[in-house]
Amino acid sequence: MFWGVDIGSTYTKIIGIGREKEITHHVVIPTIFNQDVIVGEYLKDKEVKMLVATGYGRHMLGDSHGAPVISEIKAHAKGAYFFHNEVKTVIDLGGQDSKVIKMGDDGGFTDFRMNDKCAAGTGKFLEIAANRLGLDMQTFAKAGFDATKELTISSMCAVFAESEVISLIAKKESLANICYGVHESIASRLASMAKKFVVKENDCIVFTGGGALNPFLHHMLELKLERKILIPAHPQLIGAVGAALSGFEVVQ
Amino acid sequence: MGVELHKDLLSSIGVDVERHAKMMGMGLAGYQTGFMSQPNRPKAMAYFDWFMSEIQAERIAEINALKAQKKPAVGTFCIFVPEEIVVGAGGACFGLCGGANPPIADAETELPRNICPLIKSAYGFKLQHTCAYTQSADFIYGETTCEAKKKTWELLGKHHPVHVMNIPHMKREKDLKMWQEEIKEFKEHIEEVTEKKLSLQEMLNGVKLINAKRDAMKRLDTLRGMHPDIMPISGKDALFISQMSFLDDPKRFTQKVNELCDELDERIKEKVSVFPENTPRIMVLGTPIAPPNWKLHTAVEGSGACIINEEGCIGHRYFKDNVDIEGVTDEDELYARLMKRYSKIDCACFTPNTGRTDKIVQMYKDRKADGVIYYTLSFCHTYNVESHLVTEALAKEGIPCLVIESDYSPEDAGQIKTRVEAFLESITFKQKAEAFANK
Repeated sequence: MFWGVDIGSTYTKIIGIGREKEITHHVVIPTIFNQDVIVGEYLKDKEVKMLVATGYGRHMLGDSHGAPVISEIKAHAKGAYFFHNEVKTVIDLGGQDSKVIKMGDDGGFTDFRMNDKCAAGTGKFLEIAANRLGLDMQTFAKAGFDATKELTISSMCAVFAESEVISLIAKKESLANICYGVHESIASRLASMAKKFVVKENDCIVFTGGGALNPFLHHMLELKLERKILIPAHPQLIGAVGAALSGFEVVQ
Repeated sequence: MGVELHKDLLSSIGVDVERHAKMMGMGLAGYQTGFMSQPNRPKAMAYFDWFMSEIQAERIAEINALKAQKKPAVGTFCIFVPEEIVVGAGGACFGLCGGANPPIADAETELPRNICPLIKSAYGFKLQHTCAYTQSADFIYGETTCEAKKKTWELLGKHHPVHVMNIPHMKREKDLKMWQEEIKEFKEHIEEVTEKKLSLQEMLNGVKLINAKRDAMKRLDTLRGMHPDIMPISGKDALFISQMSFLDDPKRFTQKVNELCDELDERIKEKVSVFPENTPRIMVLGTPIAPPNWKLHTAVEGSGACIINEEGCIGHRYFKDNVDIEGVTDEDELYARLMKRYSKIDCACFTPNTGRTDKIVQMYKDRKADGVIYYTLSFCHTYNVESHLVTEALAKEGIPCLVIESDYSPEDAGQIKTRVEAFLESITFKQKAEAFANK
């Protein structure tokens, strides 16, 4: 078994693949304290031929398990390529950062952009806004479809953006309209990063990370980039898949 | 420790001794873990290690001994200061503290948050009385290279004497003419401080000293960066030396850098490298990296790459040009030569500044580097905006480039490391693919 572990800021994703690159195991668990021990606990009774770590906690697993590490960029590139080998650009929205990856023709990446040290363009901001509106993520991620007004949130900082949300609440704006505004602000940030790389009209874009589980964000991103954007089967697991595959390639 | 020994002196120049000792303790601990633990360092680094231990102690005593003889002590934030004039007058010209995070909170009681961390840090050091260099300066030399700085001088002037030099933002003939007058006025200001006329010969001697210092630093830059298969010194150590070039006595510093270079010459002959073969060699561009800001170098060299050059003001931009004094017989001619030299500085405050982009591409080719990191401090608008023009030109040349914007706070160290690692992955992938294709 070839294992890929993506220790993200919010969730830890574990993937196991077999000899035919078939996914045999996949789990998503919240990232808490001593995550390397928790991962070790999960793998205790499994056959581990190879273990590759990625994500913010990658070095933790590298140190405690001797696992080789790859960056999230390489992992997402590899994972997205595995599912859609025509991919030219990967957009990943994680808990604490967002990235846009420009792909080479062979599953490697040639360039990338990441958000600056700020939470406004990240999954964290969606979480903060949903909490503030008292909605669970699933409801929050659909409410925007019912918007009647195109609100915008312009602040470049999550803290101020939260205040903007609060002031919209105070103005008695509808939930749907506020949800629209929050998603619009993230989508336009992601789109402006992606526009640096998306060159040709028909270039394939793949959307990954926990953010890709959000249907309204997907919709807004398609509007902003004026094309269809693919979402792989398990968008949240793509980094872990990429890690598992990179280990697979070395051993095979 | 040095600081302890000079407690009375530090106290007499208004340093908050207790807080200062605490901060120095942190700085020294950081240096010890970050620098002293590097494997196979050149022996000649021992001097710079010593200097670090005396950075806010023995060196401060030296500067204050000069002051006692009525020699000028000038604190600066910028490489536009004609230090030749200060050194010619027998004084000391030094960079002021501005690379640490802790004083920023204090600075933000008076300055807005959204200006560059270097200015806030420096201002905070003054408010806290925790930089012995700032406390030793007869005056702080301010310039007009950015909006935030030029207004900050007006506030800083309430806490410390400030002399502001008007640096033009274009290099037309009328701008250069004004610049030359500014240099002359700077010299007159030094004369006011020392209450003594400064002779042409004294200034020429100052030029010779500083030219020699810049030559030594150019030599070091060549040794560390021009041999693609040997990296005789780490980028961190070389950066530290560049940082110290703004603090140390120029004559001693020149000698010590040359001694180090002799050793590096030997290392190159004997093929002694501090990094394994095929380590990616990275050039760093952009804003100044003031001590103890070692964040980028730590991330890069901790991720399996080597930094072979800093293009910025604490680095190549500072020492790339010398003052030509061949045949100078009068003061006005000397000012013209100084202006000529200083106007070669390709600071992003100038518009246009295309020479910088061309220079960067050439530097990259000369060094056969593997990639470029464009590092910019948050809210440093000139370098930040210019990064777009530079990266565009680099992309045209097929040069891999990563842009990193950061400040002095430690919280983005993880994010920076992720970016650096991914960037290095893409470079080594390219190397491997190229090697494969060439097979």
